[in-house]
Amino acid sequence: MTGLATTTTTITYREAVREAIRDAMHRDDRVFLMGEDVGRYGGCYAVSKGLLEEFGPERIRDTPLSESAFVGAGIGAALGGMRPIIEVMTVNFSLLALDQIVNTAALYLHMSGGQFNVPLVIRMATGAGRQVAAQHSHSLEGWYAHIPGLKVVTPATVEDARWMLPTALEDPDPVIIFEHAGLYNSEGELPENGAPVDLDNALVRRPGSDVSLITYGGSLPKAMTAAAELAEEGISAEVLDLRALRPLDTGSILATVSSTHRVVVVDEGWKTAGFSAEIAACIAEEAIWELDAPIRRVCSEEVPMPYARHMEEATLPQPAEIVAAARELVGR
Amino acid sequence: MSDARHHLDLLQQMLRIRRFEERCAQLYQAEKIRGFLHLYIGEEAVAVGVISSLHSDDAVVATYREHGQALARGMDPGAVMAEMYGKVEGCSRGRGGSMHLFDASRRFFGGNAIVGGGLPLAVGLALADRIRGQQGVTAVFFGEGAVAEGEFHESMNLAALWDLPVLFCCENNLYAMGTALERSESQTRLTLKAASYEMPAWEVDGMDVLAVEDAARKAIESVRSGGGPHFLELQTFRFRAHSMFDPELYRSRGEVENWKKRDPLELFKNRLMTDGTLGEEGWEAMERQVAEEIDAAVAFAEAGTWEPVEELTRFVYSEVAHP
Repeated sequence: MTGLATTTTTITYREAVREAIRDAMHRDDRVFLMGEDVGRYGGCYAVSKGLLEEFGPERIRDTPLSESAFVGAGIGAALGGMRPIIEVMTVNFSLLALDQIVNTAALYLHMSGGQFNVPLVIRMATGAGRQVAAQHSHSLEGWYAHIPGLKVVTPATVEDARWMLPTALEDPDPVIIFEHAGLYNSEGELPENGAPVDLDNALVRRPGSDVSLITYGGSLPKAMTAAAELAEEGISAEVLDLRALRPLDTGSILATVSSTHRVVVVDEGWKTAGFSAEIAACIAEEAIWELDAPIRRVCSEEVPMPYARHMEEATLPQPAEIVAAARELVGR
Repeated sequence: MSDARHHLDLLQQMLRIRRFEERCAQLYQAEKIRGFLHLYIGEEAVAVGVISSLHSDDAVVATYREHGQALARGMDPGAVMAEMYGKVEGCSRGRGGSMHLFDASRRFFGGNAIVGGGLPLAVGLALADRIRGQQGVTAVFFGEGAVAEGEFHESMNLAALWDLPVLFCCENNLYAMGTALERSESQTRLTLKAASYEMPAWEVDGMDVLAVEDAARKAIESVRSGGGPHFLELQTFRFRAHSMFDPELYRSRGEVENWKKRDPLELFKNRLMTDGTLGEEGWEAMERQVAEEIDAAVAFAEAGTWEPVEELTRFVYSEVAHP
């Protein structure tokens, strides 16, 4: 980030992803998009709307509802010299492709003694908050982050939505991009002279000195809202956006902990064996003496996601809970 | 190559696989090879007949019972044996073992030990060839057990829907580990499953290397010339147990002995002796040559070295950016 004034345009997260795909397809004819309803339908979340007309059905490739086959075909095409972008409609359906992602994409390079890298990008929507009930609301990024051989990124801003994809496509190894479904309609300012961003570093989205809110993806806006509320009470919260879950930027985590000495981890996943536990363990192992208070986690209730709105809201992390946790840590 | 020389070459390839596998079994008893070991004895005609019909720039995707495919593809027996020893000189640096043989230079894409898992991969390799305007064919091997997997049906459909250059090679050895075909499939005519995807599908005597080669050549020619994917059901039998841990409680001794009467190596050897292509001396010379190759492979594996533990974390991710 530079301090220079730049021209920006207001853009939705959805448009930012679409622009990223379009630009990548113009730049490299090895790139193609493949998935369910990416073509004629225009994408379940309308991300790829208009791309079929622009690039044709060979490069905007509608697939049958065969997650395992088209994810595996993406792996094969990547091994065969292409740079596929596979869209799995949502993380919920990716469970039907777990074999290919975990047993093939993640393992091929190591298992072949370095002979076969898999330059594949998989995009999928994740998360809850739209009253689509238990089977369409999972937040399983942490599962994938468990697997050596995969890279897992969670763009939370329009800039990352626009500029993580080209970096992921340059990567010689499989990268999974999790797009929180609740973010597609969000708007942000995108610098016009933007450039590809790294997939390795967490970023402080709001500096602060009293408490660190460590989060990623769809929970970032909630953490930012909470930080603003805390500021009104005179509590200075630092918001760290992890951006990537694997590799995890432990240096930035330890830096914010060492600066504020209090941590709230905000994660839409469940607590038990969840990604928030990994962050807490990382802090406990490396920086426990920096802490002035116990680590707090604000995560989803340990229930399948209910449909009714009030019940769903009660299940998900909310800014008020983040505020309450932060207040408790600073002793107010 | 004249017919006679070609036939002798096929025989030698089958013999090489047979003797290689027999040596593997011994080396397993001697604890030189560990882990899972699945032998190809009895099925040699399948790999040899199909793979000898491919071009060098075609792709091969195989299963965990893939020593035969690897050798038929021309991989160095020493590198394959060293892999089973777990040595760094192995074809996968000792990272894969028996079930995960790889060779990028021969477009040999493993060595897949999840039943059905290689099929989507083959579809993707064929898709890449198609998009890039290459004339390659991807041959994918799998057992009849794989037809019960969703990945089989998804991949067959996708390949047929998109007319991709895939040769599906179903090695029907009648038993998925210990489960007989009729105990796992409502429809045991496997070609009918392929036909339901509008795919040409042939039943082939997998114990007759010339029958396999003939079917493979015709299918590959059709696939290469734009005829879409083809399906071969190669009817064969494994003479040994599923793996080294299998007491074979699920099939009778008589059934195994009956199939051994159609030993693909013996059948073809006798045929070449009958038609005068091969004499006793020629056979003995072939045996000697193969024995020397396998001795050399074992010596190579024995002399191999262990990958330094410091290299354990190499190749989780790529070390250089690929252009």
